[in-house]
Order: sequence, then C-alpha cells, then structure tokens
Amino acid sequence: MSDAADTIAETRGNRVSARPRRASRREGHGAAPYLQAAPMALVFLVFFLLPLAATIVVSFWQYTQYSIEPAFTAQNYGDVFRGCLADLPDLCTTFVTYLSTLKFGVIVWACTLTLGFTIAYFLAFHVRTLKVQVIFFLLCTIPFWTSIVIRMISWIPLLGRNGLINQTLISMGVIDTPLEGLLYSDFAVVLALTHLYTLFMVVPIFNSLMRIDRSLIEAARDAGASDLQTLVSVIIPLARPGMLIGSIFVTTVVLGDFLTIGIMGGQQIASVGKVIQTQMQFLQFPLAAANAVILLLAVLAGVWALLKLVDIRKEL
Amino acid sequence: MTRPTGRPGPSRRAVLKGGAAMAGAAAFPAPFVHAQDPVTLRYLSTAVNQSPAIAAKASEELGINIEYIAVNTDEVARRVITQPNSFDLVDTEYFALPNLVPSGNMKGMDANRIDRIGDLASVIASGTVEGEAVGWDGTAPHEVLYLEDQMGTSFAGAPTDWITLIPTTYNADTLGIRPDLIDKDITSWASLLDPDFAGKSAILNIPSIGIMDAAMALEARGDITYGDKGNMTREEIDFTIEKLIEAKRAGQFRAFWSNFQESVNLMASGEVVIQSMWSPAVTAVRTQGIPCIYQPLAEGYRAWASGFGLPRTIDGRKEDAAYEFINWFLSGWAGAHLSKQGYYPAVLETAQQYMEPYEWAYWYEGEAAAEDIYAPDGRLLEEAGAVRDGGSYVERMGSVACWNAVMDENQYMVRKWNEFIAA
Repeated sequence: MSDAADTIAETRGNRVSARPRRASRREGHGAAPYLQAAPMALVFLVFFLLPLAATIVVSFWQYTQYSIEPAFTAQNYGDVFRGCLADLPDLCTTFVTYLSTLKFGVIVWACTLTLGFTIAYFLAFHVRTLKVQVIFFLLCTIPFWTSIVIRMISWIPLLGRNGLINQTLISMGVIDTPLEGLLYSDFAVVLALTHLYTLFMVVPIFNSLMRIDRSLIEAARDAGASDLQTLVSVIIPLARPGMLIGSIFVTTVVLGDFLTIGIMGGQQIASVGKVIQTQMQFLQFPLAAANAVILLLAVLAGVWALLKLVDIRKEL
Repeated sequence: MTRPTGRPGPSRRAVLKGGAAMAGAAAFPAPFVHAQDPVTLRYLSTAVNQSPAIAAKASEELGINIEYIAVNTDEVARRVITQPNSFDLVDTEYFALPNLVPSGNMKGMDANRIDRIGDLASVIASGTVEGEAVGWDGTAPHEVLYLEDQMGTSFAGAPTDWITLIPTTYNADTLGIRPDLIDKDITSWASLLDPDFAGKSAILNIPSIGIMDAAMALEARGDITYGDKGNMTREEIDFTIEKLIEAKRAGQFRAFWSNFQESVNLMASGEVVIQSMWSPAVTAVRTQGIPCIYQPLAEGYRAWASGFGLPRTIDGRKEDAAYEFINWFLSGWAGAHLSKQGYYPAVLETAQQYMEPYEWAYWYEGEAAAEDIYAPDGRLLEEAGAVRDGGSYVERMGSVACWNAVMDENQYMVRKWNEFIAA
C-alpha cells in the first residue's frame, strides 16, 4: 500500500520535475506534494494519531480489576488529581511526581546543553577534517551501541558500593567509607540520562554551528571582539535553533522516561512514566491513559513555551 | 481420532500414537499429511518458567511442538485478558486468577481428563501439608483452584470437575542474606526494617507482593496484626504505607527489584545484604561463588504457585494436545527436571521416580547430599555433604504463612503505593 504510494509519488514527482518549470507551477500545487507526503502521513495516522485517539477515548472509560468498559466519565482525571486541592499546602502525589520529573528535566537539560554545546563547538571549530569529525561523531553514539539493559547493569560495577570508583577513592585515601549516593540516587539518574541524551544535543547544535558563515566570526575578530564576546554575541545566538531543537528532544524524552529513572533510582524515585507503568501493571488502563494524556499536555505546553523563545521556522 | 472419555481404557498417548500410525499408513497413497502435522502449542509465561529442555523432551516423547512466548508477569495477565486467542496454554500464578477468571477468558480444565488429578500436592489442592493446614493469608491456591462450571467466572467453594490451573511449580520465599556482610543472627522478617541494615535492604517492586514483604516485617516487629496480609483493609494499607514511607525516608531501602536477575545482581554485588528472595535466586548467587543464605524465619514463608491454564478459545486438536502435554508434564520427567533447579512440582511421587535417591534426599528430605548435586544443565550446585537451606519439603511448605495475592482493595493499594514511591 505505502510502497505503491511511494512509487506513484516518485513517478509523478519525476514527471513534474522533468517538465519546464513554468508549465509545472500549477501541478506543483496539485496532487504530487500530497502523494509525496502520503507515506509518512499514513504512518503518522496509523501509528501515532489512532493510538493517541484511542488513549484519549480510553481515558474517559471505566475500569474494574479485570475489565475496561466504554463510558464517559471524568473520574479518572479526578483520581489523578485526588487531594491536590484539599491537601494544600501539602502536595498531592501527582504534583510531587511531576515536580520530581520536572526537576530531572531541568537538571538533565542544563547538563546536556552545556556538554552538548561544548562538544559540538569542538567538533565544528577545532576538528578540521570531515573524516575526524565523523569518527568523533561515532564515538558520541557509543552509549547507543548496547541495549539499555546491559548499560543499566554495567553501572553497578562502576558506581556501586564496591564499585570501581569507590574502590579507587578508598585506595587513594580520599574517603574511608564508600559513597552510597553514587548509585540508586538522584545523582545516578542525572548521570545516566546525561550520558544517554547528550548526543541529542550535539547533533542539532553541531548542525547549526556548521552553518555559521565563518566570515562572520572573522568580522567579529576584525572589529576587535574577544573570543568570549564572539562566542556570546555571534556564535550562541546563531546556534539557538540547534540548541532549541536539542532541548525539545531532551526534555520530552526525559519527561516520559521511566526505565532509566526507575533502574538508576533503585525504583524509589517517582516519575510520571513509572506511575503509568504501575497502573498498567494492574490493568488500570483508563487511569493510565488519563495520566498519559495529562503528561502529553504538559510536554506540549513545554514545547510550546520553548518554541516561543525562538521562531524556529524563520531560523531554519 | 477418538477422544478417551474416562480414565480406564487405552492411555491417551497410545491412542494418539495409534492414530498417528494409521494416519501415516493412510498418508502413503495420497499426501494428506498436512492434516496430521504435529500440533504446536503456544505456551505463554514468564521466561523463568520456560525450560528449553522440557520443550525438547515433550517434542521427542509426544510429537507436540512447544512454542514459548516469553513475557513478563504483568504481560501474561494482560494477554490473557486482552488477547486470549494469542496462546494455547498459559503458565501463570494463582494470585492472578482473581483478575483473570472474572474476565471469562479462561476455560476450566476437565478434571476427568487429568490423569493425576488425585495426586496433586496437598499444599495446592487443600492448603495442607501432611494433614496440617498452612497459612492461607493472601490468594491460597486451593481457594481459587475450582470453577463452578467450565466457563464459570467465579470460584467454587468446594472441589468440582473444573480446574482453573494445574500446578507447574511452586515454592516459598523468605529473606535471603549475605552472611559474610551481616554479623548478627537473622531469625525474623522484622530484620528487613532493622536500622542496622539501612541502605542495604530491598523489597519487591511488584506492589502487591512488596507490600506483603513489608507486612511480614511490620507484623513481626509487633507494629500491627493483620486480619489477612494478602487482603488488607484500607486502614491496614494506610498503616503499612505510612510505615514504608518512614523507612524509605530513613534510607532503609537500597533498591526495589522487579525480576529474578535484578534480585541476583543486587545481592551478588553487595548493594543489598538482606531482601526477600526465592530459592533459585539464592542458588544463582551462590553459583557465582558468593555466600548467600536462604534464611528460614520464625514467621514462616511467603509462598507462590503457578500453573497451566487454558484460554477460552482453545478446542479440537489443540485442546487434546494441551491435555496430553499437561498429563505428560505431571508424569515425572518434567517434575524431576524442575526439582533439580529448586522448584517444587505438582505431583511429588512421579518426580521422585525420575530422581536418584540421593537427589531426592537432598532436595526433598532435608538430608545432607550423599554425592555432589548437579543442576540439570550439568552445573555443580552443591558439593557432597551440603544440606538444603530451609530443610525438607515438609519443613518449608509446612511453614508457609501467606501466599502472593491480589487484594480486593487493589486499586486503593496501587494509589497508595504510588504515594510511597513519590514520598
């Protein structure tokens, strides 16, 4: 089906582009672009919009321990925010959970942005040949070479109570007792998430940096700007689209994460994803769906706010 | 092919073999063989329950292909409820039944077609060991073993002809400890919350079971006496979660574990020195050369059992094959295979026939191993002279205090658990 659509789109596209430009103007606004966009649109429709619609519908259903029944009730949303007003100033579970998730979102965003920008800057301005750039890029993807399970397990011998770092520090005489907070702690979560998602910052920022006209930097120098001034006044503003795209990637991924937070936090640190997972575990699909919808809205609001900072269409 | 209706007469296997032979003869002139392809049973369960050796042996002896579908505990239940036509045989825990049976997706098994229905271990069939009742807190298997009728959605109070699950394996969990890292005697579940082990203890991340670990500890410490630890009231849940939050804030727990491998890793790495464990996990830690003890406790064990069930959609040859496979499973080889890994099988007598006397004495009678004890895959488990932790079958299963469970107040419990995680 989509293969056929592909072929049609291709042949149409070829024919259109083969014609003289003047004659094709009208047809360019005809079916061809739609057909070209059709495969992706179809994938989005079937694998994104339909499940999303189903999630929204189910979030209004009722459930028992072993069944979900069509209905239209706001009960699930009520349950999500149960006690959120009544218990004030104490925070309800949902608010605490979102705050915890948000905290990781902000910290990891700051870490990956700093690291990602530094690495991208190094790659774009200090590495001279394309070949070396490619090699360094591949190095950045190392965290993705192994499955998440293996990665998570291998943190234990490194960060654990009897792990490499603790043993080294003890043998160097820096500490007497092992640092407990290296593993199963906020620190561990931030470390693992940063380790994973820095690449998502590096790629778009690198892309932005490579598109900067080098003569602008020369001009800044000629005008007497110091290195720092060039960085702050020329490079960073021009890298904003890349930083923004990276930020969107990182924050959305972190807000929805439950695996990394779960494993690195010893399953004791709350995240929205984990709440949803626990509810699914007990077949409370409508409640989990309501939580998912709220999470989606929260993430969309975040993305919207980020997009307000930069007019991404103009910058691209 | 005729279907044997009662137990007297030719055994099912003989009938099938005869049938296959006739079909083979008939197939010569015209290739109608496709109708007699070996039956494939899609076997849904967690990976831990899926032994390749059992599938191979069943294929060899019965000509039935076993196709394992490995998913996690939650997914087993989800599949049963949402896609009963995606498997032919499910191996699930008894505690899941109060969720599965009302969905109407489970088909009662005809007791008359199970050869050894009368020989099921009494701890499963009636909640007793050698005539003495064990603890029935939680979802005790005998309470959910029978259905009112084949497609029934409620449990029968007394034995009927319709069985929910035929046991595959069961066992009793207790605290596992690292004796090299603990310098006091552990005799009670209360040690799980002992401040001396702050930052070094763990509980299960499956809320319905984790809360029972906590309940065992709280009751042992004398904080509360539960009506039924496996089916708490809201007040009991509130109290338990409150105490758990206290412990969490005091830094009692290092991590919560979700599966077999995680519990082994936590223990083997020394991150955790005391946590609830099941016996094969303790064995797995020990085979890494790390001391680990499956510690019997004064309050008894938290037991679990899993078993075979049939989906509503099964019929015809597949159903016949499922019964044939289950009967084979109970006939001894599989039971012995599982026993040698530390599990207990549904029918003890047949498993014994497939074990060496010294193996039986070690695994079941609490006696010192007369010879080295090997796992079915040939790994050395214990050297001669070793005694199994927790002692004999009767000592272990006879001291069961409660069973893994799903509570009536399940939804409330999940909400409170999320509160605990967020605290």
